[in-house]
Amino acid sequence: MSVATRSARETVEIRLSDGRSRERNPASILFLIALWFSLFFGVIVLVSLIVDTAISGAGRFDANLFTNYESKLDKSTTGFRAGILGSIWLMAFTALLAIPLGIAAAIYLEEFADRRSRFNRLVEINLQNLAAVPSIIYGMLAVAVMGLLGYQFKGIVLGGAIALALLILPVIVITTREAIRAVPQEIRQGSLALGATVWQTTWRNTLPSAVPGIATGTILGLSRAIGEAAPLLMLGMAMVRWDPSSIESKVTALPMQIYHLSSMPQEEYQVAASAAIIVLLVMILGMNALAIFIRNKFQKSW
Amino acid sequence: MIRTSLRRAIVPGIASLALVLSACGGDDAESVDGDVTGEVAVDGSSTVYPMSATAEEMLAEEGSAVEVSVGFSGTGGGFEKFCAGQTDVSNASRPIKDEEAAVCEENGVEYTELLVATDALTVVVHPDLAVDCLTSDQVVELFSPDSKAKKWSDLDASFPDTDIAGFIPGTDSGTYDYMAADVVQHETEALRNDFEASEDDNILVQGVSGTEGGVGFFGYTYFEENADKLKALSIDDGAGCVEPSAETAQAGEYSPLARPLFIYVDNAKYNDNEAVAAYVDFYVENLTTVAETAQYIPLSEEALSETEEKLAGMAG
Repeated sequence: MSVATRSARETVEIRLSDGRSRERNPASILFLIALWFSLFFGVIVLVSLIVDTAISGAGRFDANLFTNYESKLDKSTTGFRAGILGSIWLMAFTALLAIPLGIAAAIYLEEFADRRSRFNRLVEINLQNLAAVPSIIYGMLAVAVMGLLGYQFKGIVLGGAIALALLILPVIVITTREAIRAVPQEIRQGSLALGATVWQTTWRNTLPSAVPGIATGTILGLSRAIGEAAPLLMLGMAMVRWDPSSIESKVTALPMQIYHLSSMPQEEYQVAASAAIIVLLVMILGMNALAIFIRNKFQKSW
Repeated sequence: MIRTSLRRAIVPGIASLALVLSACGGDDAESVDGDVTGEVAVDGSSTVYPMSATAEEMLAEEGSAVEVSVGFSGTGGGFEKFCAGQTDVSNASRPIKDEEAAVCEENGVEYTELLVATDALTVVVHPDLAVDCLTSDQVVELFSPDSKAKKWSDLDASFPDTDIAGFIPGTDSGTYDYMAADVVQHETEALRNDFEASEDDNILVQGVSGTEGGVGFFGYTYFEENADKLKALSIDDGAGCVEPSAETAQAGEYSPLARPLFIYVDNAKYNDNEAVAAYVDFYVENLTTVAETAQYIPLSEEALSETEEKLAGMAG
């Protein structure tokens, strides 16, 4: 490589990394402006929404918000205890249902399934489609499942967990498959060459190496589930004023409480709902931060 | 068993006694049987929700162990679950429809309709709009699906020449149904579809208060909470303009927009599940307090005793 070409390449790289171009014709400037606009549009809308919500909920960031139940008699101390605990319970059981199923399905599809078989290709296409299905559909699916299980009242922990698990299952399967696929083929071949079976290779080599990716995908899936109200609404989840105590106890979730309190006429409820939105946001950001932490901490490079 | 049936007999007695006592000024609710446990599932109208939730909270404050969950899936959605036997009590901001009642009958669900409060459906406009009173015919013309009124001046020549911008509740709400079926009474049981619809009444408040020529309707509480941003129209049903208020609605003068709020109780569940009985009895015993706390218009004495009689008739 001659010196001349290298310096030319560097110049281009420098110009690109500067975001500047020698071309100063109006069209390129316009294009640059359009790019900046698209970049900031989303960010500005999001930030102003969050700031607006935080300001309108500012008066209610007190202990009552976390320790009290919803109250009609004393509106200014209404709290989200039932919703917060309900959401935590729902997340726990959603994870319990969705993670083993999702990972098992992904392992089968990646390591064992015959990719040329028509049936498996059909399953794959359907998985991709399922990930794009509106969440309310999963609510209807869960209603049907709960009906088959013989539950009259479906707004219980089990019902919510089934709805949310169905919702995030495709996401978990897809991200787990990507994580497994990212494990280099040499690792599998080395293990197989030493006489391990496919199952031993998967269980002892492939899967442990894929854990960071799987964990990240799973947590991102769960943080999508925790913000969902539509499928739970479909289940007929109601307002409760007690803590969940079993998988059959009636339960409410934080997004449900926010949804219905924000549509109440009284100002106090709207303020409380704004404060609860920030709480929900913090919960989601916390989960996402955990996902990033796990990815950075355990990521391997080959 | 003996205790239960004895309780059944005593409760209506206590209820009427309590009424006498509370009429004498004693406002505190009588003690609640703390031994009664069980679950009650309430669902239905989000308009009646505050009342049923208030009754639940008051019952819990009294030390009852009965666990009541109150849903808010709308009058129609509530009846769907109620008539399938999934809930014990259904909140409704309109009477049950024939087709809904047919489903109930098919599934063998027998119920009692209890009137619990009155709501003044309030037609609101932007505060700067120079309209103060509509006749009931004009209300019909304004919201009817056949309506040709595009400007306020189309309704009445004396009204300003401003475009009408409508904001109305969603079709799933009992509020919409009541306006469509009982006020406008168009054969399609619908309202005009060029108005913006939202299930969230606060969105309607924002719409009307932010648009000159804006008009909408919703429960009186939403107007009361936003009285600084909106103007309520008086309604002339042939006897002069009557403005919406607790007094006019209770006296029956605010016609045709004063609407009844109901709870529907499953007879079998009332008699078999002592938790349901405890909740509904307590609800009706304290109906006036419940309605006032939830910012609705309490029943007149006459209507109240009618509801109590109906409740007493349920114990079988």
